[in-house]
Amino acid sequence: MLSRKFKEQIIEILLMFASLITILTTFGILFSILFEAIEFFKMQSFFYFIFGVDWFPEADRFGALPLFAGTFYITTIAMFIAIPIGLLSAIYMSEYATKKVREVLKPMLEILAGIPTVVYGFFAAITIAPAIVEFFEIFGFHVSFQNALAPGIVMGIMIIPIISSLCDDVISSVPKHVRHGSLALGMTKSETIIHVVLPSALPGIISATLLGISRALGETMIVVMAAGLQANMTWNPLETMTTVTVRIVDAMTGDQEFSSPETLSAFALGLVLFVVTLSINIVSVYAIRKFHKKYKISNL
Amino acid sequence: MDNYFHIPQLARRKAKAKRFKYITMMALMASVAFLLFFLSDMIIKGHGAFTQTYVKVPVHINEKTAKFTHLSIERKEYGFMVSRAWLRGLKKTLKENPQWMNTNQERWTLANSNVDQFIKGKYNRLKPKQIQKIKQMQKDGKIERRFNIIFFKKGDSKIPEFSGFMASIMGTVMTMIITMLIAVPLGVMTAVYLEEFAKDNKFTQIIEVNINNLAAIPSILFGLLGLAVFINFFGVPRSSPLVGGMTLALMSLPVIIVSSKAALKSVPDSIRQAGFALGLTKWQIVRDHVLPLAMPGMLTGAIIALAQAMGETAPLIMVGMIAFIPDISGSFLDATTVMPAQIFTWSGMPERAYVERTAAGILVLLGILLSLNAVAIYLRKKYTRTW
Amino acid sequence: MNKMTIKVKTDKLKLWYGDKQALNGVSLDIYENKITAFIGPSGCGKSTYLRCLNRMNDLIDNVTIKGKVTLDGHDIYANGVDEVAVRKKVGMVFQQPNPFPKSIYDNIAYAPLMHDMVKKGKECDALVERALRDAGLWEEVKDKLSESGTALSGGQQQRLCIARTIAIEPDVILMDEPTSALDPISTQNIENLMTKLKEKYTIIVVTHNMQQAARIADMTAFFHLGNLIEYNETEKIFVNPKEEKTEQYITGKFG
Repeated sequence: MLSRKFKEQIIEILLMFASLITILTTFGILFSILFEAIEFFKMQSFFYFIFGVDWFPEADRFGALPLFAGTFYITTIAMFIAIPIGLLSAIYMSEYATKKVREVLKPMLEILAGIPTVVYGFFAAITIAPAIVEFFEIFGFHVSFQNALAPGIVMGIMIIPIISSLCDDVISSVPKHVRHGSLALGMTKSETIIHVVLPSALPGIISATLLGISRALGETMIVVMAAGLQANMTWNPLETMTTVTVRIVDAMTGDQEFSSPETLSAFALGLVLFVVTLSINIVSVYAIRKFHKKYKISNL
Repeated sequence: MDNYFHIPQLARRKAKAKRFKYITMMALMASVAFLLFFLSDMIIKGHGAFTQTYVKVPVHINEKTAKFTHLSIERKEYGFMVSRAWLRGLKKTLKENPQWMNTNQERWTLANSNVDQFIKGKYNRLKPKQIQKIKQMQKDGKIERRFNIIFFKKGDSKIPEFSGFMASIMGTVMTMIITMLIAVPLGVMTAVYLEEFAKDNKFTQIIEVNINNLAAIPSILFGLLGLAVFINFFGVPRSSPLVGGMTLALMSLPVIIVSSKAALKSVPDSIRQAGFALGLTKWQIVRDHVLPLAMPGMLTGAIIALAQAMGETAPLIMVGMIAFIPDISGSFLDATTVMPAQIFTWSGMPERAYVERTAAGILVLLGILLSLNAVAIYLRKKYTRTW
Repeated sequence: MNKMTIKVKTDKLKLWYGDKQALNGVSLDIYENKITAFIGPSGCGKSTYLRCLNRMNDLIDNVTIKGKVTLDGHDIYANGVDEVAVRKKVGMVFQQPNPFPKSIYDNIAYAPLMHDMVKKGKECDALVERALRDAGLWEEVKDKLSESGTALSGGQQQRLCIARTIAIEPDVILMDEPTSALDPISTQNIENLMTKLKEKYTIIVVTHNMQQAARIADMTAFFHLGNLIEYNETEKIFVNPKEEKTEQYITGKFG
């Protein structure tokens, strides 16, 4: 017979080990990527990887700058759509919508958030990209079917619900008495929202935006299905360009050996993605903590 | 009007306020409009795949054509309209219907995708003469659209009209079984540890921050982990539901932990104190009193995590779950595909006939995801308790 | 007390939250350049009544208001009168100090600039200084006008909120338990400030604290269950109440 206390301790240790799995996963991801990335950098120059402008794995050239540029460019297009629409939707939901309207619209945004990215990707490739091509050809532009605009727009739509639901939460949790302070001075509702509520919610809004950016940078299926494969440094959104995630997928689904530089390049790219998204997340958590501290909300 | 309350510029400011409200409303309407556009686009593109065209053509069956089945149809006349898949399956059909031997009868056969697409009014590569012929047959009642049983019974095929979604549905079911078997116990245990047992020290803070970080790591990187650790290091078979399920389990952990923690938090402390007063140990209180009360909340979280994992594609591509699976497999170690991966594969097919199947697959997937979410919302509403 | 001008007048003011009646016909005259205190147990309707005077109740869904409220004889609920314009004339200070997440300067300058009362620059600087001086905060913050208003102490924050209310030059200032979240010293500062401010403004204050009402108010109204029970000069209310309920309340028999 085990004593009750001993049994209790065993259970606690067991539970603790379960919670260690999450730490293990993070380190697992970091190290599995890091080790293979080191293998890659043993064969290829790190400097050229970061600053080189040619990505031709066939010719053993691994300059990832055009990939970073493409990722950044498509993310920028996405955020141009997602931030204004997401934020303004959140303002409407939290400030203007009646309870009934909220009850109808909120689930709709949740549906939008629940659509798998592969579905968005199909939509981008089959519906949006051809529409863009047709539209711009009216004006005589030459447009690639794998233009950056289509995945950018669709990714933006994908991120709208992420931003709107987070912003909705922070805007709603700005205390009533702060708004009333402004309204009691004879300010209109919109003046109050713009000059008082939004500045109060700013850290939360920044945090939501950062999370949106991080999601866009790591988004894979939309760009795999709708963006190009060709590394291309350009300012023209109607041209094809590729992203970090596209090249990761391409490298891993190719038929090269696992130890070939092309396959290993996926891990080098993955390392960059890991570091960037993790840093963004840390900043974002910091921002939301600041917001919660200010209004003494503690659910983080 | 009373001028006593006059403020200069107030009319202008009021107009501005109204404008601002409309702008925010338009933004929200834009999201809703997009959702409706997207859903209707998928329904328009995909609904066709729920029916399949059949043509009634003379089939000559004798010793020779039973062996070389493509000869059973007059190639010049009818060759273009009968599916290769039907011809290939003729041998099997003959075994089941031996009385067909040595007959020359008109029989219903699965139509070629070009004919099928023509009947559905979509892009096809039929020649004008062939179109004339099909139109004539339509008049004679020799063309029929039936419910597409193949789509819901078969696996993938290189022949569009013969490809189905069922293998991937089964693959998803098996993968999700693994995912939930791993993620739910681990997630709940972690949540119980953090909420009920752990003291608020550096260690638990690190775990909490880490859970948050884990949720923000791009899904594709979990795929790299699955590949490097599960496949290359532990030797789990590539493309199998096992490796896919394990990879997705790690991804689902944060969602399950966060919702389980919230569920535990909502159980009032008075219940725990009552337990202590009765002389129960911490674990006894948690097991017998706290967990049962937190169960609905945890279940809701698990369902939401399930729905999320079900739609995930990128990490599964990394671990090879985009295999070509014509037959439904029943093993956790065999190569499998899942619904989103099947959608991805079909969307890359050059034949236009796959477009409607892709969209139909999307409708099936969305249908399942929406039902799961509806169940989660229902559970949340039903069991939300205010203490 | 002679020469008392009526500033705010309510006539049979009734208010419902949904089906629940919260004010049962309150008629009350409030005099110019006086401090009027509303006392009564919680839920008695005193804050609800206060919020009717600058139409803050308009913000709550499902509120029905009947009766008449006039400011200098002008109906504030009349057709065509905008609640925004009413609030510019009737300022309000809240229980919880609620400075905006802006600099001390912008906290004050925000509303006057939006109302086009002053131009940016010297004119505005002067207004900010005047408001802060009137609120007795100038000496404490004059060197840190660009620091955030939320970084001040609780009492300073409340005086900042008073300063920004003064800055829009209202006729009436409503105060909803302005000191209940503050320490005794800050409370005393605010009370002194109120006595000073009544020279320029009409002040109406809701308070839980009967001593406070006795200390600062010229007139006191006692509310109970949505009714105005008694309204008189403060001294008379506290020394010689006419109503039994009032006496019970001020002697602490309920509340």
